[in-house]
Amino acid sequence: MLSDFPLWPEQASTVAPGVDALMTFMCVVTGAVSLLVFVVIFALAIKYRRTPENELAQDYEPPKALEAAWIIIPFIIFMFMFVWGSWLYFRIQRVPENAIDIYATGKQWMWKFQHTGGQREINTLHVPVNRPIRITMASEDVIHSLFFPVFRVKADVLPNRYKTMWFQATKTGRFHIFCAEYCGTLHSGMIGWVDVMEPTDYQKWLAGGAEGSLASQGEKLFQKYACNTCHTNDATGRGPVLAGVYGTPVTLTDNSTVTADENYIRESILNPQAKIVRGFAGIMPTFQGQVSEDDLLKLVAYVRSVGAQKTVVTPVESPSSKQTSAGSPLNPGAGIPPQPQIEGKKP
Amino acid sequence: MSSVTLHDVRFVEPEGTRNYINHDFGALSWLLSKDHKRIAILYLFSVTLLFMIGGFFAVVMRIELLTPEGDLLTSDTYNKFFTLHGIVMIFFFLIPAIPAVLGNFLLPLMIGAKDLAFPKINLLSWYLYMIAAVMGLYIIITGGVDTGWTFYTPFSTQYSNTHVFGVTFAAFIVGFSSILTGLNFLVTIHRMRAPGMTWYRLPLFVWALYATSVVQLLATPVLAITLVMLMFERVVHVGIFDPALGGDPLLFQHMFWFYSHPAVYIMILPAMGVASEVVAAFTRKKIFGYGFVAYSSLAIAFLGFLVWAHHMFVSGISVYSAMIFAFLSYFVAVPSAIKVFNWTATLYKASVSLQTPMLYILGFIGLFTIGGVTGLFLAAIGLDVHVTDTYFVVAHFHYVMVGGTVMAYLAGMHYWWPKITGRMYPEWWARLAALLVFAGFNLTFFPQFVLGYLGMPRRYHAYAPEFQVLNVMSTAGASVLAVGYALPLIYLIWSLWYGRPAGPNPWGAVGLEWATSSPPPHENFHETPVVTWDAYDYPAMMKAMGETQNV
Repeated sequence: MLSDFPLWPEQASTVAPGVDALMTFMCVVTGAVSLLVFVVIFALAIKYRRTPENELAQDYEPPKALEAAWIIIPFIIFMFMFVWGSWLYFRIQRVPENAIDIYATGKQWMWKFQHTGGQREINTLHVPVNRPIRITMASEDVIHSLFFPVFRVKADVLPNRYKTMWFQATKTGRFHIFCAEYCGTLHSGMIGWVDVMEPTDYQKWLAGGAEGSLASQGEKLFQKYACNTCHTNDATGRGPVLAGVYGTPVTLTDNSTVTADENYIRESILNPQAKIVRGFAGIMPTFQGQVSEDDLLKLVAYVRSVGAQKTVVTPVESPSSKQTSAGSPLNPGAGIPPQPQIEGKKP
Repeated sequence: MSSVTLHDVRFVEPEGTRNYINHDFGALSWLLSKDHKRIAILYLFSVTLLFMIGGFFAVVMRIELLTPEGDLLTSDTYNKFFTLHGIVMIFFFLIPAIPAVLGNFLLPLMIGAKDLAFPKINLLSWYLYMIAAVMGLYIIITGGVDTGWTFYTPFSTQYSNTHVFGVTFAAFIVGFSSILTGLNFLVTIHRMRAPGMTWYRLPLFVWALYATSVVQLLATPVLAITLVMLMFERVVHVGIFDPALGGDPLLFQHMFWFYSHPAVYIMILPAMGVASEVVAAFTRKKIFGYGFVAYSSLAIAFLGFLVWAHHMFVSGISVYSAMIFAFLSYFVAVPSAIKVFNWTATLYKASVSLQTPMLYILGFIGLFTIGGVTGLFLAAIGLDVHVTDTYFVVAHFHYVMVGGTVMAYLAGMHYWWPKITGRMYPEWWARLAALLVFAGFNLTFFPQFVLGYLGMPRRYHAYAPEFQVLNVMSTAGASVLAVGYALPLIYLIWSLWYGRPAGPNPWGAVGLEWATSSPPPHENFHETPVVTWDAYDYPAMMKAMGETQNV
């Protein structure tokens, strides 16, 4: 059993057994070839050691076909490794459709996580077992790297764009979170724990820490930064209507199209002139330096939430209203039972 | 044919002729020397000193890592130590070690030339190296730098408050030393070969130096440009890499690795060249597949330019570019594998002598093989996601750079020491040191593969307690390794006075460097050699020598 092998970390995600299987294959193949080389060198060095009768090498050359053999055979083996590794990489990179969204911010030297229900935590991450989790993340300062050894995944966290990673935990328990990209003085202190919980426990935990969903906090910011004066709910505003935009192609002034994903929304807030939607004047001011990474995530969550509703152009429920939709407003149909909103207190 | 003829040589000076060491006296005769052999000795002193400084940082780090808590050094000091360890070892030891010491000394001798093509540029390159080294030492004393040797932005440009500018400037200067050496070697190999020394008669060390020089000449300017941009952004705040100024941090990584991946081949290709020389000499056999070994050096130099983004599989490059770079990374592994197999095949029906240089090279083949195959793990991109930026990577590149380059450097130092100094070192002590280095190295770095797979990230000042056992093993190994490295320093110096005189050709090796006196005279050969035999062609070489004796 791979999981009993004491030299390896626990396998606590759906991809972990796949990664360990490839690791086993690599160890066996390269170990066998290396060992073969060592044994042959050792044997030849003994057999043909220099003696008075063997002062000079024999005038013999191995057949040249050997050269072809040890070019072609390793190459075939390498290609097998390449295909397996790439297949695994695709699996690790492709986020399942029904993933639960969590937002992460790295800053010197802590990890901040925000759940769509508005729960926030630092250096600890609570997630339900057996559910795909998608983490959208950005850095407030330098490059960090979010690393879950037991899940066998890591991804660099960049200061200028969102990146996503995902995992699906298969075991409950408390596991390490490390920062894997050197980020300054307390790099080795930028660590934390991921708490993988049974779904019911997760619900209980979520209920304890709500401050209003991330999207509803984003909606407040949307008003605070006066975004709503131009981005109105009907076509009369000076800016494009944001309802239904998320995830759809947008035509720009140069007639090219981009998909309105998190990175596009982020860029449109920080650098509005970069990609202007066709039919609109580039009058939006930049919010670079005015909106923190945390707030950006909330604004993006808000735009996502109104985008996800497609037909309904009303903003998401305010935090005080009873939330009855399945899952978070960002992720309708995500399958999480309704979250009773109790007094917002961090756990 | 008796073995005695092997030790006879053709171009030995008459008794009493001055050699390059006693040809001239006084400090200035060394510091202003244009003799490639003396400049090689200058480099030897400098890189040895810098190796000891880099080693000091490593030892203190290993002691710190004995316990999970960060108790010996503060985090800032620890961060500075691993940064300085990396910068000193890579820019000031590994890159110049074999080319600038052994290459400088041997390249003209091996091709039958009197000197390099540009002796003054050769001296200039040493001065550039020394200027950069003195700057580096000054920075170390006045506070150091904490960015990691990779200088990743935006940490290096906006967040670090250490001497980033000074260190990058030093690296910028030492880069020019490297470029000039490469240029000098290329021109020398093209223009200065002795009559009859055709390309296919060149020793494989010369082929390796040729490939190395191409990389030095083409890749190092990119590093210079990158560092200038970094300094520019740090000082003048022009947005190139920092997103707050409108730059892109990934651009820095692309540019940095465009140099720094080929730089790995600047370090390992000359080591492979040394391995070919030593294997041929201690098997008394032509390297099997000479052409394949020679061209594999060029193939590595070329393909090495196409794989830089394999350092960035989790940095945010697209899935498809990751696949392309992984594919090309497997490509570059093929010529390295060719070399290992060819060295192995050369042992067949050979006359194998396990003297010290050969012991080091057998160690080199073993450690380089492990370093090489673990590179295959890292190119399996799905696996790389887990192991990148962990101790697995630390172990991998130490196997290649220390297990590979340093082992080969020590092999070369022992192999050519009699030629350089005219003295033999004590064989028993040298074998002991070789075994200590091999054992200590494996004990130090093998546990780090496991540590990495368990998930211990690199550059951690303090770590989770479950990683302690493997770290203690690693530190224990490092102390053995330190003794192994200290021994040659002692007995090689000892041998300068007490070593037995070596004679021109103590190993019975072929190659023009063995066909002149030890130490060689100032002008290398008192008559220009004419080459009529292939490299490592023992029968032909002896025939030629026999004819000379009859004259």
